[in-house]
Amino acid sequence: MTVASALALVLALLLVSIAAWTVVTRRTFAAVEGFVAYGLLLSIAWVALSAIDVALTEAAIGGGLTGVLLIGAAARLRTAETALSAERAGAPLRWLAAAVSAAVAGAIAFGVLLLPDPAPTLAPAVSEHLPSIGLGNAVTAVLLAYRGIDTLLESIVVVFALIGVWSLAPDHLWGGYPGPRQYADPNSILAYLARVLPPIGIIVGLYIFWVGADLPGGKFQGATILAAMWLLVMMAGLTDAPPINRTWLRILLVAGPLLFIAIGFAGAVTAGAVLAYPEGYAKLLIKVIEAALMPTLTLTLALLVAGAPERTAPP
Amino acid sequence: MSFLFDVFTVMAVSTGVFFFLAGSIGLLRFPDALSRLHALTKADNVGLGLVMLGLLPRAGGLLAALKLVVVWLLVLLASAMVSQMIARVARRGGSPL
Repeated sequence: MTVASALALVLALLLVSIAAWTVVTRRTFAAVEGFVAYGLLLSIAWVALSAIDVALTEAAIGGGLTGVLLIGAAARLRTAETALSAERAGAPLRWLAAAVSAAVAGAIAFGVLLLPDPAPTLAPAVSEHLPSIGLGNAVTAVLLAYRGIDTLLESIVVVFALIGVWSLAPDHLWGGYPGPRQYADPNSILAYLARVLPPIGIIVGLYIFWVGADLPGGKFQGATILAAMWLLVMMAGLTDAPPINRTWLRILLVAGPLLFIAIGFAGAVTAGAVLAYPEGYAKLLIKVIEAALMPTLTLTLALLVAGAPERTAPP
Repeated sequence: MSFLFDVFTVMAVSTGVFFFLAGSIGLLRFPDALSRLHALTKADNVGLGLVMLGLLPRAGGLLAALKLVVVWLLVLLASAMVSQMIARVARRGGSPL
């Protein structure tokens, strides 16, 4: 056994055991911790498979952002947790749930193992036509040229998710400020970090967005870093989230997907198909779309964490 | 010359891994939150620093080497801040959630 395959085996065992622990553990917060560790290990696994783009997305969205959302949910559920665990489902129902989950996992594993070797792939066709798009990163080419419709729907779905979170607000708080106002000592460690880190984080986030055309990176990963920086400043109490009825906020939230749709339909006239790009303009248009999606994604991801409106006036 | 670099890489990375191991054992074995944090900082600061140092000759360019140093400095900053915050909660007698 080579060193690489031994490492892969250890990684796979760790992943399976953390996943099992996340399911088995009774405490909600411990399960969330397990989920975050699982996400980070999974991104190492993607690096081991040379899928750097997937690894970056998994670390940023899967482990990072989803982890923060789940920590928030666990904190909210804490008061109700004892009551919730008291009303556990009966043994038959739990065994049924376990059986269904195992059957789904088994079916997926069976399907993957059934694939012919080498598995059917379009990768050679993608890299063959990469020069005609002008991009160096095949993943970005797939996301925005070959499967543009998926990315378009994805960017709309996150905005819908935010609208879903906002609609949890009671009527009299509609249009108010999301989440509780954070107070922190202006001389605290958190406030210091919130002053030192954002300049570095903003550069890293923009760099990851920009470099996505030719190297691993892209708008989602970059936007997550920018959103994290904004959230850090909010959590340190140095700034407040904008109230959700601000016009500039709502315009920026829909601007990215709207521009994507506009360019997509323009393709029907200029390039003969919806979401197609005219010859020679593919890279330019892709970067324009990604640049327009950046503010939308940054605001959406940060405000998803900030939560539903909870107060109408700044303190 | 490249042999010397290889020896340097192996020694620095091994020493770094030793500090990670020591930090992990401390995290598992030490009795209270503050001493567990103390063990963790050794792994983050010295362990990662030595691994980074050992990988510098293999970075393949000044820019990549600089990125490695920046990664280490960012981890230093984050771990110092976070352990301060955890320690503050632990000293007040609360558990972080």
